Amino acid sequence: MDFEAIWLSLRLAFFTTLILLVIGLPLAYWLAETRWRLKFLLEAAVALPIILPPTVLGFYILVAIGPQSPFGQGYEAIVGRQLPFSFEGLLLASVIYSFPFAVRPFVAAFSGIERRLIEASWCLGVSQFRTFFRVVCPVSWPGILTGLVLAFAHTLGEFGVVLMVGGNIPGVTRTISIAIYDDVEALNYAKAANTSLLLLGVSFLALSVAYFRPLKGGAI
Amino acid sequence: MTAELIAKFEKQFPAGPSIRVSLRCPANPSSLTVLFGPSGSGKTTTLRCLAGLEWPELGRISFGDETWFDRERDIFLRPQQRRIGYLFQEDALFPHLNVVHNIAYGLRSVGRAERQQRVREIIELLGLGGLEHRHPKQISGGERQRVALARTLVCHPRLLLLDEPLSALDIPLREQLRRELRRSLAQLGIPAVLVTHDRVEALSLADYMVVFDEGRIRQSGPIEEVFSKPTDLTVARIVGVDTVERARIVAVSDGLATVQIGSAQLAASAPAGINGEVYVCIHAGDVILDKGAPVSQNSARNRLTGRVESLVREGSMVRVSLDCGFSLKALVTNQACQELVLRQGEQVTALLKAPAIHLVPRG
Repeated sequence: MDFEAIWLSLRLAFFTTLILLVIGLPLAYWLAETRWRLKFLLEAAVALPIILPPTVLGFYILVAIGPQSPFGQGYEAIVGRQLPFSFEGLLLASVIYSFPFAVRPFVAAFSGIERRLIEASWCLGVSQFRTFFRVVCPVSWPGILTGLVLAFAHTLGEFGVVLMVGGNIPGVTRTISIAIYDDVEALNYAKAANTSLLLLGVSFLALSVAYFRPLKGGAI
Repeated sequence: MTAELIAKFEKQFPAGPSIRVSLRCPANPSSLTVLFGPSGSGKTTTLRCLAGLEWPELGRISFGDETWFDRERDIFLRPQQRRIGYLFQEDALFPHLNVVHNIAYGLRSVGRAERQQRVREIIELLGLGGLEHRHPKQISGGERQRVALARTLVCHPRLLLLDEPLSALDIPLREQLRRELRRSLAQLGIPAVLVTHDRVEALSLADYMVVFDEGRIRQSGPIEEVFSKPTDLTVARIVGVDTVERARIVAVSDGLATVQIGSAQLAASAPAGINGEVYVCIHAGDVILDKGAPVSQNSARNRLTGRVESLVREGSMVRVSLDCGFSLKALVTNQACQELVLRQGEQVTALLKAPAIHLVPRG
């Protein structure tokens, strides 16, 4: 097995999930609460990575972060490195790619909260901000956990976007699925089988966690 | 000091009716105002506006000398800033916290020792001992609503807003909780506003009553006055009882209570455990009028002699007000009115069956 690739994928998945937790929760709460008329456009944009081919998504991200784009130039001016074919570039692409897998379960969980729990908290003198952490998040934890697990597992197995944005640099952008592809190309089926089995196992475990409901637990 | 809750506002709903409210009610310690009316008449919306959970399009809300809401001066106090307590129709306990943590939820800014002390006291006051470490799903509906009340009262709100808090409970439990609610509010001296469409609940809890219909206030005033002197037919129909009088139970035997009402005594069927101060409620349609005939045998337990004070025609019926030592209303047909030759100042006998007299406890 290619432990370097596994370690890289795990790091990528971890940081992607972490970033999605930080930016996904507030966005999802806003989406669940807002009565904005054009909200559906934003929802469609969030869900886009689910149906868009990873190569298309990867292509747009590559162009957007490339040295020709203002964003790419700005990043290079500040950090001193280019984004494409780097771990940071890959991380950014992963966050976009896995966005709906985290945000949609978050929104579903937040929408399912009974409004009066939030209002009860306000009437007990607790601010909106604190209510979010003391009531909204604890009550929706099954949905939040589902989102995190799905985002993690989805990032772990990504291929097309990685290839477009990250390429195949060992230890930097060569993730598990790229390693499997390389092994198959090199007719090293045994190695590919081992790594594939690992990914299958991890994915099944992750989905089991996502679908698991304690008997008394809340639903999303 | 006489505190007052003054609200004058208008709240519009995109697809629904508008609610226009002009309300002025006492907010002295332990005074209780009831917002009464049929479903959809705007009671709950009014309560939510008082809490700051909804913002009206127009108007002003003030409590004592504090302004909570003023559209013109751009004052919008959030629920957090109003220091109120709000009790929802169904309990809104936090499912992830146990009873103690639910009760202590709003006490974050209070020191640890005082917080524990206050939680202990309220648990004792509301008889919640033994449930401290249970979760909301592990206790009964009545207990949940009591925990919700404890959670609110422990924060020492300046005004308690109650949105039909007992309507989800079954009747015996509702009566028990009503007694506890009355006792706790009196003990803690917190003014309250209660939304209900339950006549008995209004009578047994409230001092002051505001009658709603179709988004407007039809009448407001001390509760006996609203019940016994509705300003118009709509209010009369909404409150639905014609005679409401304060009375005292002097004896109970065999399920029959003897009630002293004004200078008269009545026999009424007694609900279990009733005692002391009560409201006597009588529907005008249950009163039979008799005139001059010799005493005949009938099943009515009560024979009252009274004088006709007024006669008001209501379609094919005539509403007769009698003075029988208290004010009693009777509803008779036009025909009966003519046959009995009823006139103002004349004497009649009113017959009343004991089961037609409803007693609502006040103590």
